[in-house]
Amino acid sequence: MQTATDTIITCEDVHKWYGEFHVLKGISVEIKRGEKVVICGPSGSGKSTFIRTLNRLEEHQRGRIVVDGIELTSDLKNIEAIRRETGMVFQQFNLFPHLTVLQNVTLGPIWVRKMKRSDAEALAMSLLERVGIPDQAGKYPAQLSGGQQQRVAIARALAMQPKIMLFDEPTSALDPEMIKEVLDVMRELAHSGMTMLVVTHEMGFAREIADRILFFDQGQIVEEAPPDEFFDSPKQERTKLFLSQILHH
Amino acid sequence: MKGDAQVPSTRITRAKEPSGQDYVRTPPGCPSPPDTDPRRLHGADRLVQNWLGAAWDWARRNFFNTWYNSILTVAILYLLYTSLRPALHWALTEARWEVIPANLQPLLIGTYPRSQGWRIWAIAHTLLLLSGLSAGAFGARVKRASAWTAVAAAFLFLLPLGPFSRSMIALGALLLTGGLWIGASRIRRRRWLFVAWFLSFPWTLFLMWGVRGSETLPRVETSWWGGLVLTLVLAVVGIAGSLPIGILLALGRRSDLPVISWCCTAFIEVVRGTPLVAVIFMAHLLVPVFLPDFRIDKVVRAMMGLTLFTSAYMAENVRGGLQSVPKGQYEAAYALGMNGTLTMLLVILPQALRSVIPSIIGQFISLFKDTSLVAIIGLLDLLGIARSVIANPAWLGLQVEVFLFAAFVYWSFSFTLSRSSRRIEQALGVGPKR
Repeated sequence: MQTATDTIITCEDVHKWYGEFHVLKGISVEIKRGEKVVICGPSGSGKSTFIRTLNRLEEHQRGRIVVDGIELTSDLKNIEAIRRETGMVFQQFNLFPHLTVLQNVTLGPIWVRKMKRSDAEALAMSLLERVGIPDQAGKYPAQLSGGQQQRVAIARALAMQPKIMLFDEPTSALDPEMIKEVLDVMRELAHSGMTMLVVTHEMGFAREIADRILFFDQGQIVEEAPPDEFFDSPKQERTKLFLSQILHH
Repeated sequence: MKGDAQVPSTRITRAKEPSGQDYVRTPPGCPSPPDTDPRRLHGADRLVQNWLGAAWDWARRNFFNTWYNSILTVAILYLLYTSLRPALHWALTEARWEVIPANLQPLLIGTYPRSQGWRIWAIAHTLLLLSGLSAGAFGARVKRASAWTAVAAAFLFLLPLGPFSRSMIALGALLLTGGLWIGASRIRRRRWLFVAWFLSFPWTLFLMWGVRGSETLPRVETSWWGGLVLTLVLAVVGIAGSLPIGILLALGRRSDLPVISWCCTAFIEVVRGTPLVAVIFMAHLLVPVFLPDFRIDKVVRAMMGLTLFTSAYMAENVRGGLQSVPKGQYEAAYALGMNGTLTMLLVILPQALRSVIPSIIGQFISLFKDTSLVAIIGLLDLLGIARSVIANPAWLGLQVEVFLFAAFVYWSFSFTLSRSSRRIEQALGVGPKR
């Protein structure tokens, strides 16, 4: 039973296959409300696939996933209920190019949460201020820089007032100068108490805000530890190898 | 002194104009001193000189910039001269253009009763007003459009038409221009324009068809419709019907349900493999077989054939557009909690349709010209009337004039559609950036 201050995501022995390829091999993890979990690992390790299964952008074949008390099955009602409570930020931003920034942010609240347009627009403007770009509300995504686009994407996800925010390598497609502005927004979000699952290669950021770091390799969680323990005294050999590669370039 | 060689001169030098005159800078706000150099041209002469100079420069740059280009230019000019001169000579002296004004009424409205011609004018005026309002509200350059309207009206006035027709043309031009001005300045809620256009359909059909037994608006059966009006009615209904059906077919073809997918694919492939002539003829013969309890009008059967044919091609165009939308768009919409229908309507279709506007408009242009094929089921559209005019013994031997006129009319509508395609693309933000 999930209580108010308790677990918000439960994964029990989750397996996923892409045809013959076994991409997730028995993932079991529990994430508490308000916890910030950073997921890292080499490419192809299944970390993006894992967080995409949490909002059913990918389907798991075996195991049990429970998000905010709702079990993730093929039942469309459950899926849509879970998607309303989880916001996702993509590596490629995936903003809607035919809509202005304001329309991008208000699309979800108006059509899914059935808010009134004026309320949705007020909410959107407050979120755009929170991410630092209120003056861009009338522009189209193509007119913004990468960092600004990703911040709009974060505002768009937040507009649905989700309980969990999922980040799939949010800064990997950005120029180095723009990474900081996005990480600042994510940092502020973390301090405000949001439950966050972040797949990233930004180890400095992970060290700073994570409550727990999950290291994925070949479809399994190899190591799971708080950041200090993870970076300073990793237990597994694969973790040590990964850290040596990623921290020394 | 010798030691001063390194020090920059502080003497103020006056800038010299190329003609040798000193340029004296006048303080702002004061009129510049009159140019009294007798060597320079003034006034109108200067204007013409500048113009000719600019024209000569342009010609030199574009046609005579290299020796082979110059030879090509001369050769092409010679070819044009030898081929166009007899044609122009014929057009201006030997051709008997009076066949057009004499038959203008049947060419435009076919066998529609002359006394009810005012209804066609009323429809034309409604559409001109709506066009003006829409163009103005969507950012047409009002002064330029008004100028072109005036030119077109003046051109039409050159034709030998009666005073009633002339006053109707003037009223039409007035409504178009008025619509432009009002649309540009007063329209705030553009949505109402879409509603108005949507309502113009039943309004047009109502005005044309009339009411059975009425005195002011007597019923005019569709067998009396003909000429350009019939062409336009067929084309508009075909266009308006084929786009939604085409979109549904495209979505059906991509569906996960095998029955729907198979049916849509079968329909598209069968219709695309059949010539339009055969489709129209089959619609004419088969619709009464499928719906024996209704007396389906010949024009309605032609509309059905045209619409179904075009919708198959439209479906493939839309399917191409749907495939060009990146998967990330679907994912972003789903992640927000939107279901399949909302995603398609709000996110995917707007992007898909924007990317295939050139193909869609091209399809519309083809449809507009293909309406001439209804001749095989006995309907007299613009081309049908043109051929019956030629068959008239009074106008024997005037095929070229009549067909040139028909071709010109088809071309003007098609060209307008083409141009509007670019405007639509610009308004929707796709296509080459300005």
